Amino acid sequence: MTETRTEPPRPDSELTDVLSQRVERQAGKAKFFSADTARTLVPLFVLLTIAAIYPLISKDLRSLDYIGDFFPTTGSGVIIIVFTMMAVGLNVVVGYAGLLDLGYVAFYAAGAYVAGWFASQQFEQVTFHLGSVGIGPTIPGIHLSVWIVLVIAGIFTALVGIVIGLPTLRLRGDYLAIVTLGFGEIVPQFVRNADSIKGFDLTHGSFGIAPIDSPGFGDGLSNASGGILPVSFRQSFDAQNLYYWAALGLLLFTVFCCWRLRDSRLGRAWVAIREDETAAAAMGVPLMRTKTWAYAIGATFGGIAGAYYASFKSGAFPSDFYFNISIFLLCMVILGGMGSIWGVVVAGVILGWLNIEGLSVIGNHLNDSIIEPAFNRSIEVPKYQFGIYGVIIVLMMLFRPAGLIPERRRKLEVEEGVHDEVVKGEVSKP
Amino acid sequence: MTNLLEATAVRKEFGGLVAVNDVDFLIPEQAIVSLIGPNGAGKTTFFNMLTGVYKVTSGQILFDGTDVTNKPPHAITERGVGRTFQNIRLFQQMTAVENVLVGMHSRLKGGIVKSVLRTPGLRREERDAFDRARELLRFCGLRGRDGELSSNLSYGDQRRLEVARALATEPKLLLLDEPTAGMNPQETADFTSFVGRLREERALSVLLIEHDMKVVMGISDRVTVLDYGEKIAEGRPQEIQKDQRVIEAYLGKAATEGAVA
Repeated sequence: MTETRTEPPRPDSELTDVLSQRVERQAGKAKFFSADTARTLVPLFVLLTIAAIYPLISKDLRSLDYIGDFFPTTGSGVIIIVFTMMAVGLNVVVGYAGLLDLGYVAFYAAGAYVAGWFASQQFEQVTFHLGSVGIGPTIPGIHLSVWIVLVIAGIFTALVGIVIGLPTLRLRGDYLAIVTLGFGEIVPQFVRNADSIKGFDLTHGSFGIAPIDSPGFGDGLSNASGGILPVSFRQSFDAQNLYYWAALGLLLFTVFCCWRLRDSRLGRAWVAIREDETAAAAMGVPLMRTKTWAYAIGATFGGIAGAYYASFKSGAFPSDFYFNISIFLLCMVILGGMGSIWGVVVAGVILGWLNIEGLSVIGNHLNDSIIEPAFNRSIEVPKYQFGIYGVIIVLMMLFRPAGLIPERRRKLEVEEGVHDEVVKGEVSKP
Repeated sequence: MTNLLEATAVRKEFGGLVAVNDVDFLIPEQAIVSLIGPNGAGKTTFFNMLTGVYKVTSGQILFDGTDVTNKPPHAITERGVGRTFQNIRLFQQMTAVENVLVGMHSRLKGGIVKSVLRTPGLRREERDAFDRARELLRFCGLRGRDGELSSNLSYGDQRRLEVARALATEPKLLLLDEPTAGMNPQETADFTSFVGRLREERALSVLLIEHDMKVVMGISDRVTVLDYGEKIAEGRPQEIQKDQRVIEAYLGKAATEGAVA
């Protein structure tokens, strides 16, 4: 057991130990120059550039022959990004901490209604404006700047997550899934019926809350920035582009936070709980607190995304918050690779696109080129969407069970297999 | 010598079954104490009560002067009880060094906001933690295996990693549940001297559940014997070896009578 024995002789292990430590030290000091990070950062930078300029080139792309309609409109891009953001948030709960949450839509709803409460005419009893854009100062209701609303939505949904989490997170596995499923159903029912709580209209019932204010920076900031920051998104000439860029910014924020958290003390504790709850507790990880944090943080991003989406489409309606959405987001996480941020982003974009435009575009192409000429009839592909998603998941489980881009840890396990002899850091080995 | 752990009349019932029956138990500071007994005697159940995995039915457990009866596992770990498991329970999809880092959980501070911002203070804490984790791996004979997935380690190395992870919690008392199970004689001998070193260098107390009598008799200051949930003997190894009830418990009454006759 002592270090002086039992190991096969490794003449250079002392040296490589020192070397690898030095490399890691340097990596710690100048993270951006280590080869490992460069390998991820370069493609990331390219993809990010494409994503950022997409609104500017989408018109040209869409006018291309034959393949043009495979490119989504900028407006669809906003929706794709918002749902991807929710999937990245859900990934914290499901992928990191291994808590199967089938009711994530509850957080989306909570966020959307926060936007309804604090950026619309819902509460006509009061007139309060703070940084609101694009509406007259005498319009009744609470009108906070949408940026403030996003912060409130994040905090509020985190609290909702904690409130839902405290009773449910004592459960394990399937039982947790069932209870979260229940909460996912309760929240839409609640907002549908909370239009007269002792006469107080909280959610405006099945009509939902609309219109919801637009994001924007107001005259002051706009002038101060020389017109670079738009006064109001909705009233801008290129409204869709602005919504797109802001959504992209929110997604990047989400990814950044999740990436940093993954490699933190808390992230390690989440994975430890996922791997073995009992052992994690015995190593000093407080189970309830750590799980509740996973829930709260996952909820936060769902809430921010929900609030932003409500502002984008200018409304929050109970019919938006169906169970399907929870499952759809879960599909993104599974398809991408549980716990893998980049995998979930890629899967979110693919599934989001299929959902909004992709299936009908693919269907049209199929109809035009194969089905109509051959069978003299057409099929409506989007009608079969959940069947198609189901097939995708089944195929994934068969051929790539760890997901499109597996989490680093899972990947290590799958690719490296079992080997005891190779020593990490023994660079001199032929 | 003061006592690090004092368990008084600890009892555990599963339904009608009394798994541990009003056992009193002491662990002095910097002592190596062994808990032995036939399979199903309630050794691991007792272990699990000490570490908070099971709630006691009745009785009291004092650790380092404070009452830890029925405290959650993480709180007991935080007070200074580290443990390994009978069936290895590593975090399989984490690397060796990450496993050890999880063990440091209660000794690190890094909060959510700091982790996201990765403040200089947090970077320093993480760097120190990594250094200490590597040091621990080396101490436990896992030099150079830092980045290896724990599920890819050999059986013996997995056992070593469990010890490293338990040591990372900075325990005053280390509980080892059948640590030499599945080891060959050489590995077992190494391990025995390793446990001795732990006491010397880290000023630890060790509670050992073990079936290998060579190990038990070789390093224990005291041995406690459980049978059917009852404490049937307690004392120095030499005394235990001669104890009639212990021999009966292991070999059966008929066998001992036959030997006498």
